[in-house]
Amino acid sequence: MTNGDDGLDEQQAESGENAIRIRLDCFEGPLDLLLHLIKKDELDIWNIPVARVTEQYLEYLQLMRDLNINLAGEWLVMAATLIYIKSQMLLPPEPAGAEDQAEPDDPRTELVYQLLEHQKFKNAAQMLYTREEVENSVWSRPPAETLEEGREAVSATLFDLLRAFHEVVKRFEEQSRMEMYPEEVSIEQKIEDIRHLLLVHNGLFFSHFFRDAASKQHLIATFLALLELVRTGEILIFQKLAFEDIRITRSGPRTA
Amino acid sequence: MNIEDIQPILEAIIYVADEPVRAEQLKEVFPEESYDKLETVLQNLVEEFNSRRGGMMIREIAGGYRMTTRPEYHEEIRAYLKSKPGARLSMAALETLAVVAYRQPVTLAEILAIRGKKSTTALRTLLEKKLITIVGRKPAVGRPILYGTSKEFLIHFGLKDLAELPTLEEFAQMAGDTL
Repeated sequence: MTNGDDGLDEQQAESGENAIRIRLDCFEGPLDLLLHLIKKDELDIWNIPVARVTEQYLEYLQLMRDLNINLAGEWLVMAATLIYIKSQMLLPPEPAGAEDQAEPDDPRTELVYQLLEHQKFKNAAQMLYTREEVENSVWSRPPAETLEEGREAVSATLFDLLRAFHEVVKRFEEQSRMEMYPEEVSIEQKIEDIRHLLLVHNGLFFSHFFRDAASKQHLIATFLALLELVRTGEILIFQKLAFEDIRITRSGPRTA
Repeated sequence: MNIEDIQPILEAIIYVADEPVRAEQLKEVFPEESYDKLETVLQNLVEEFNSRRGGMMIREIAGGYRMTTRPEYHEEIRAYLKSKPGARLSMAALETLAVVAYRQPVTLAEILAIRGKKSTTALRTLLEKKLITIVGRKPAVGRPILYGTSKEFLIHFGLKDLAELPTLEEFAQMAGDTL
């Protein structure tokens, strides 16, 4: 299983139907599909026939649905964007009036820049691909094995975690803060953040995860995310001595 | 010490090192010698070693010097090692990596805006392979994580430093030509 399945439902991707996989490797995301549609018919990027492209885009979407592929939200967002642009282009241009003398904005402009930007990074990725190929043809001494630090520790209990969290909240409340943002804090995002942090660091202190929290909601979301990861066994919590700061590490190599 | 005496020692050190050797590290071995002198010896060594046209070469990678086999011999080496080419990064991972390399420090949301799709899986692969790292948090709402490329990135792609990458403008030109 490669990691090219971001846009797909994971289960679908893992069922490993080759024909579908091949098609989807080409059109990983909506921007890739749009670029393909433009190149296929050698369309002028600065003058995209939106009606035609929208129709083809929706056909592909339907095809993917027929193949039982769960499409990620961004595919539908792009469909909505295309339909919106199409409708904007059907409107008669605003009369060159007193109020805005500037040329009326082409509703396609933003999308065109997004496509060009995307193509730019696709080219950069191609360059990296070539470089990687060269580096794959070269050998050097493999790194020497390093001894892994022994782990003598007591695993922490839920009580230890709660006590540590209580400390964090107390410390947070001692700092006076004026900012108020109504915002959504998702536990999923915090889980992903924690995973990423633990990929980079071998182990972190419990308090580290709360260092930069902007609000109490963030503290709580992070704490719940940690509990979830403990529950699923993805992370380990332990301390050298009772009442010491709790350390958190990944439980082992991920197989995903 | 004479240049002639230092040079073979540097060659031996570059051979045993498991990562690119930097001038600062050599300074620890030769505290008496100046940086300038060590740099000069290194340059001499690289020139001499590489002009030999042997099976090995010394390359400047990630701010240091590394001894590798020459890429043109990869088929014979593979035949001897009975090894197949290693697993390559997927296009999704490479695209995500390109965004990180050129836009660093960058957040997940910024990557999403450029790629038009979620990139958490690709990002995780890159972190696991140590090609990118967390460089901090953006001072914005939610303190999102900022990602950047690592030294391992330079080594993996055989780059001396980030400045050795072609500029984004060159790719913009290409993008304009291909579309």
